[in-house]
Amino acid sequence: MLRIFKKILTTGVVTEKFNLPRDAELEALGIQVKRHIDRQFSGSIAIRAVDAGSCNGCELEIHALNNPFYDIERFGVHFVASPRHADVLLVTGPVSRHMQTALLRTYEATPNPKWVVAVGDCAACGGEFGVSYASCGAVANVIPVDMVIPGCPPTPLALMTGLLGLMNAGK
Amino acid sequence: MSSSNWTADFLSQLGRDTPVAESTVAATRLWQIDSQAWQQLAELAVVHKLRWVAGWAEHVDKQFLINSCFEKQGEYLLLRTTVDVVSPELPSQATVYPAANRSERHSQDMFGIKFTSHPDNRRWTRHQAWIENSYPLRKDFPVQGSPVGVTPPDMHYPFIKGHGAGVYEIPVGPVHAGIIEPGHFRFQAVGELILNLEERLGYVHKGIEKIAEGRTPESLGRLAGRVSGDTTVGHCWAACRAMELAAGVEIPPRAALIRGILAERERVANHLGDIGAICNDVAFVFAQMQMTRLRELWLRTNATVFGHRLLMDAIVPGGVVCDLSDVACSLIKKDIAELRTELTEIITALDLNTSLEDRLYTAGFLSEDIAKAFGTLGYVGRASGQDFDVRRDTPYPPYDQVKVKVALENQGDIASRFWIRYKEIRTALALIEKFIAQLVAGDICSDWKIPPSGSEGLGIVEGWRGEIVSYIRFAADNKVARFYPRDPSQLNWPALEKLVLNNIVPDFPVCNKSLNGSYSGNDL
Repeated sequence: MLRIFKKILTTGVVTEKFNLPRDAELEALGIQVKRHIDRQFSGSIAIRAVDAGSCNGCELEIHALNNPFYDIERFGVHFVASPRHADVLLVTGPVSRHMQTALLRTYEATPNPKWVVAVGDCAACGGEFGVSYASCGAVANVIPVDMVIPGCPPTPLALMTGLLGLMNAGK
Repeated sequence: MSSSNWTADFLSQLGRDTPVAESTVAATRLWQIDSQAWQQLAELAVVHKLRWVAGWAEHVDKQFLINSCFEKQGEYLLLRTTVDVVSPELPSQATVYPAANRSERHSQDMFGIKFTSHPDNRRWTRHQAWIENSYPLRKDFPVQGSPVGVTPPDMHYPFIKGHGAGVYEIPVGPVHAGIIEPGHFRFQAVGELILNLEERLGYVHKGIEKIAEGRTPESLGRLAGRVSGDTTVGHCWAACRAMELAAGVEIPPRAALIRGILAERERVANHLGDIGAICNDVAFVFAQMQMTRLRELWLRTNATVFGHRLLMDAIVPGGVVCDLSDVACSLIKKDIAELRTELTEIITALDLNTSLEDRLYTAGFLSEDIAKAFGTLGYVGRASGQDFDVRRDTPYPPYDQVKVKVALENQGDIASRFWIRYKEIRTALALIEKFIAQLVAGDICSDWKIPPSGSEGLGIVEGWRGEIVSYIRFAADNKVARFYPRDPSQLNWPALEKLVLNNIVPDFPVCNKSLNGSYSGNDL
């Protein structure tokens, strides 16, 4: 037990300072905030991540948001286990046809008002996979998308900038 | 016994009734046989203790070529037969090799090949995205298919049913509670005990094999790097190696060493993440926080040195795109030294923790016999006594210049898979140091040669999850005619159905994490 406490103490706090993004910064990263968000939700968002067909690269970077360097929860952003608890659906991947109904049902299960963030190049435009017999391509081909965070995969910083930008867009 | 002995021995036992046409696919031995002898050969292969490695088919003119790949003592053997497109029937090898089961079901769904006497011929990869009796990998199937507005859910898949008093079912997924890939798990349980688990995968089937057709080598490399995002180096390397063997392109020694460094860095990053995640699944957050911290530092060095946190597109046909400067080498060496110190502190703390011991030891047990029957690979196989590693047993550059120490355990539980990962990190760190020490000056990419139409290559590398097999055939004009990547997950997923038995349902996440199969790499 002493070893654990010692390691915790000597590691210290590694969480990094992060300035809330401005509109220009969002644009520079190619992040499009298409709609202004209802003010009452600013300050905290609950996210349900849905992999609709990704290669798992985006998931790895979404995971990184919870590591002690980024610790996105300090900004009121947390991941929930059910779409019924969510304000935001974070959707990755080209939407595979086998996941199309599952994604639609997840969308329907999410209470209004809700936003959809398409994460990664595949979710944005179909990426390397495009549209085929097995893939619907971009998330916007299946459900309405409010915001796009491009990248293959987007870095945790790009994800953080995008999500915090979404939260503060209505202010 | 030298490796060529068993093939000669094996061949002599086949007898005169089974004519075998011997040739090679690039560096791999190829035997072409009559389709009637397909099962008989598999039966003999079991007797000779050959490991079933991979199986795939291909549509060429009016025939289907069907391949099975085997391995023994580091030597690979590719078995091939042909069947007619009009009535494609073939005896199943899954009768003797459980490992071939899902692979044959995949070929059944994608080509319409009927494997007679298959123990379980339910559909596998096909849900409802294309209709019954149409087969996406046939040449007359258009890449766009003929999708309806919304693909209906796969409602009527005939799952195995549980009967009896007190037996209940738990359906889980495809959308899971965590940030993970989609798949469906159907449990039958009594109280908390798992009686049976059935996996239903295929949800992230993206048509990778179909959209690979007609690509250039560069474009195929990018696609291969996205077969499974956590194995981008592994899959890209296997595909590039297959293409290089097909085209007769030799990569510069410096490129091989850099590829080795990339692959070992990928291994370390994933193992760090997994060790933390296994502990997190038994609510031991200290390990998760420390390991995600170490992983983040490791990925940041990837970004500084190679320009991408996950190392995507660093490998290209002919070599690599990013060179390593002396400054970069010192940064990597400094990182390794720091990681070793940190790991020693953290792992000692974990080793001494009784609550971890209580949860990880004896849970999720996979016996050596089952691991062998399913051809289980990588850390899952090596935790259950399967002593195989491509880097040591069939070395390819740069592993032919070093001695690879392969960690092996036979305890077969989650703890064993945890410790194998830790040992593999240690080995990987030592390998990176060796590759840096051996880094010779020179080019990092060879000129590409356009391969003759019909040339094939089989690229086999040890990815972080285990052996990856990548098959490529070229058509004319430098275009890919067939690409088949076999992720180790394809052989490891069935082991999960076995290792969870008699565990409690709440331990499923940690059992699953200890195996950590790729959904995307499996579904293609």
